[in-house]
Parts: sequence; structure tokens; C-alpha cells
Amino acid sequence: MSRGPLSLIVALFVCLAVSLFGENFIASNFAYYYDILITIGINVILATSLNLVNGYTGQFSLGHAGFMAIGAYASGSWSNNIDPIIFGYLGGSTSPLATNVCLFVSVLFAGVLAAIAGFAVGVPSLRLKGDYLAIVTLGFGEIIRVAILNTDFLGASRGLSVVGSYTNLFWTYGSVVLCIYVVLSLVHSTYGRGFLTVRDDEVAAEAMGINTTKYKVSAFVVGSFFAGIAGALYAHFKAFITPEGFNFFRSVDVVVIVILGGMGSTVGVTVAAVLLTILPEALRALAHTQFVPPAYQGLLENRLILYSLLLIILMLTRPQGLFGDRFASKRRFIRSRGD
Amino acid sequence: MDSLLKLDNCTIRFGGLTAVASLSMEVRKRELVGLIGPNGAGKTTVFNMVTGVYRPTEGDVLLAGERLNGLKPYAITGKGIARTFQNIRLFNSLTVFDNVRAAFNLHLKHGPRHALLRGKAFLKEESDIESRTIELLKIFNLDRLSESMCKSLPYGDQRRLEIVRALATQPKLLLLDEPAAGMTPTEKSNLMRLIEFVQETFDISVLLVEHDMRVVMGICKRIYVLDHGVRIAEGAPGEIRRHPKVIEAYLGEEPGEGVRGEK
Repeated sequence: MSRGPLSLIVALFVCLAVSLFGENFIASNFAYYYDILITIGINVILATSLNLVNGYTGQFSLGHAGFMAIGAYASGSWSNNIDPIIFGYLGGSTSPLATNVCLFVSVLFAGVLAAIAGFAVGVPSLRLKGDYLAIVTLGFGEIIRVAILNTDFLGASRGLSVVGSYTNLFWTYGSVVLCIYVVLSLVHSTYGRGFLTVRDDEVAAEAMGINTTKYKVSAFVVGSFFAGIAGALYAHFKAFITPEGFNFFRSVDVVVIVILGGMGSTVGVTVAAVLLTILPEALRALAHTQFVPPAYQGLLENRLILYSLLLIILMLTRPQGLFGDRFASKRRFIRSRGD
Repeated sequence: MDSLLKLDNCTIRFGGLTAVASLSMEVRKRELVGLIGPNGAGKTTVFNMVTGVYRPTEGDVLLAGERLNGLKPYAITGKGIARTFQNIRLFNSLTVFDNVRAAFNLHLKHGPRHALLRGKAFLKEESDIESRTIELLKIFNLDRLSESMCKSLPYGDQRRLEIVRALATQPKLLLLDEPAAGMTPTEKSNLMRLIEFVQETFDISVLLVEHDMRVVMGICKRIYVLDHGVRIAEGAPGEIRRHPKVIEAYLGEEPGEGVRGEK
């Protein structure tokens, strides 16, 4: 087997092992950190998948939260209705086999539904460029949110309780690994160079025989698929979702991670997702340590101001993102030769 | 010789403006043809019509007898017409190597599914493309720069890289849009030799749009002259040089009238 799929399988096994042996320990002794850990995973999926659209393909989308919402609600209502049936066959809601099968099926359903939505949104809107595309995707994201807000069987503004919080380290980080693998192996191939050519110069790309529309839609569909998966994991983690959790600011959060990590650098975006998830929590912790004089604790408690300030400083000092674009185009990362 | 590209009474109108008026021309197999004309004559419009950026209002564009009207630019490239641009359009965030590799996309047998699974056949194709890219770069002496970012290349090299990238699509016909623009006389001489070399080595037809008379007269076997969208002359370089209409289009009317007559 060539190196790519092999490393994917090894990584999945590592996730499985950590989940099997460490899950209960972490979840029961460090519940707070466990929560952050899962949130990091979800944010990495969101950011690396958006990076395929915004970073590699250069199509500025502001609607990622919309696809996440579709995934969350799809898997939530799927689980509420279908899980009891699966439980009937697989030994009840306490059996680990049943819960994992339920989670897998509903996450997959969520991903596929979000991908279909991505296709439906992508085909008409990807004719537009730059600011116009951003506004249209923003609009679609809001439409999805408002539609859910007004759909009674999805709980409308009351929110939706989701049966069982089955999301665990394996499924979260398994999805992270899968998402990163898909993005990297797509981009790092002759086929995948097409995404970058679309970003650089559409006219020249067309003149080289590259069907730019197809590439843009593909990137959008793959991006929405993983956004849907992230949404499903989120729904099964929080066990309660509201439309407000998927508003415009959720999309902006993800875009900030992508820009900060460096458009078109999966490594950078992953690091940025981890950092930006930890940062607000770390600032919270910092406010209550002895190192900070009491007079300044009030300031640190306004951690969101500090967080924004750090973002501004980072953007001023590293406008190309944490890892910039350099990693994306070096050939040693692209080399696709197997063993 | 067989005809490769044929324009049959092509007209392009933008609103009330007729940019190209019932133009007929042809490029035969293995032929080096020039298309010249003063500023605004419609040369680039002809280019854009052949490559599918514009659709002819009337008439047909035929490649080896096949109609190209209304095809998308990428589909036309797929049929075997590759082009370069007047203002260089390389993929600036990619290396020299990747610029050429991306152009191999057109004849790729393996798609995204294979890229994910990374099977034996996929990897073989990838390494084939890798060696063919290097080979192509070697022919043009660009292989030592294959890892540099293309925007850091000197101007002349960027122009050459654009030609290499176009050749990677394995065209039957290469369209060059003012390749000598902005070059020094030495670079121009090198370019002339390069174009002839490309035509012979790759056994393709070349259609050259150029301002520089020395370049066009020096290498083209046959030349078409456009003025205000109308074909005013066709023939070998020697005939074109003496053609009264061409002289008129470039230098104004015959002596005797107006300021130019005093020369």
C-alpha cells in the first residue's frame, strides 16, 4: 500500500487507541479539558475544510456555519427518529456498539446532506467572484439559519435536543484525520494543482484546459461535506443545538482561523484552529493566576477584547498567516511518489 | 498541406462596433503563420475568438474540420489549441515545476477518487508526469529553476515558461500573443530561434500575433494583415512588405497628401 492511505489508517488506529484507553479517564477527571479537546477537533475540521475553498481554490465563502447547521440539524433529527430503531436491533442505548453505529450513520447522513446543499448553493453562486461571492454565501448561510428558525419540527427558536451525546475522541479526531487527509491528498496531486490554478488565474487556467467551474464546485462540495460532519459531531457533543449557534459570527470565526493560519496552508490552519480555540480559555485561566496583579485582573477578564487585540497584532506582524503560503507550494510536500 | 485551423467568414460585433469583419484565414499543419496589424486592428479579438473567450457573431471556427463555436475555453484547449497571453499570466503562487505540471491536467487519466486512494496506477501516472515535466523544462533550459517561484523569474524566462506550459497541454496549434513585447533585441532574436525550434521539435502549427515586424518577417512563412477588423493582405513576408494597403495601414497614405507626404 502506498504511503498516503497507510498513514491515514495508522492515524485512525492511534485515535481509536487513545479513545479506547484514555477517553473515560480524561472525560471523568478533566471534563473541562475534554470539552476543549473536542471543540478543538471540531474547529480543525471546520477550518481545514474551509481552507480548501477559501485558501486553495481562492473562492471566498462566508457560509460555512450554514453547512455546519445543516449537518447538525440533519444528524440531530435523524438520531432522534432513527436511533431508537437501531437500538432495537443492536442491544439498547447503553451498548457501545449501538451508540457508535448510530453516531456513524447520522454523521455520514449529515455530511452527505450538507454536501448536497453545498452543490445546490455552489453551482449558481460560484459564477460570482470575490466580494460578490462572499455576500452570496453569507446570504445562503443566513437563509439556512432563518429557515431552521422557522421550522417547527426542528425546534425553531426553542432549539433541538439531540438524543445522546455520543461524540467521543475517536469520532472527532478520526474525522479530523480524514478531513486533513482528503484535503492534502486532493491538493497534492496533478489533479489538485487545478485548485491552485483557479485561485491564481482563472483565465489562464481555462486556457490550460482546466474546467474551473468543476473545480470550484468540487471544492465547495468537499468543504460543505466536512462542515456537515463537524456540525453533526457538535450536535452529538452538546446534545442541544439552537439556530443561534450557527449564525454569521460562527462563519467569521472559521474564516479568521483560515486567514490567521495562512490561506492554503493546511498545517498553518490546523495550528491556528488549535491556538484560537485554546486562547480564550487560556486567557480566562490567566486572569486568575497569582502572576497577574489584582488591578489587572479586571482587564484580563475582558478576555474577548484581549483576544481581538491579539488577532490584530498577529495580522499586523504576519499578514501572510502563521505559516504563510510557502509550505503549500514546496515540492517536498507535494511529492506523491509512494513506496 | 492540410488545413488545421480555418476561420470561415468570421464576424464579431460588440454592440454597434464590428471588431472583426467576415474574416477568413487558415493555418495549415506544421505551418508558422503571422497575424499582424496596427493597434486596435482586432488581432487579439481573433485570438480570443479562436480560444473561445468570445463567440463569433457570424461564421465558423474550425479545427481540422470540427466546429469550435460556442465551446468553453478549456474544451477548446482540450481539442488541441494552446495559447500564451500578451500580458504574462502564469500561476504566481506555484513553482515553475508546478506551473507546467498543472497543464498536464488536461490529459490526466486519474481523477480525485484516485488521488484519495493513491493506487499504483495513480502513482505511476504522477511520476510519469513529473519526469515529463522535467524533460520539457530541460528542453528549454528551465529545469535548474524548477523549484523557484515563477514570479521571481526574469521577464524573458517567464515568457518562455508560458510557452512551455502551453506545450504541456500537447497542442496541435500554438497561439502566441505578442511574445516579443517588452523584449530587448537580443531576447527577440533568441525568441525567434525558440519559436522555430518549438515548431520543428513538437511538429505543431504556430499562429503568431506580433507587433515587431522584424520578428514576424523573420520567421513566418505566411502573413495575414488585419486593419480595423478587415483582412487587407495575405502572403509571404516579401509580398507583405511591398503591399500598398499594408504600407498605407502602417504609415498612412501615399506621399502627396498631408504631413506624411513630406518625408
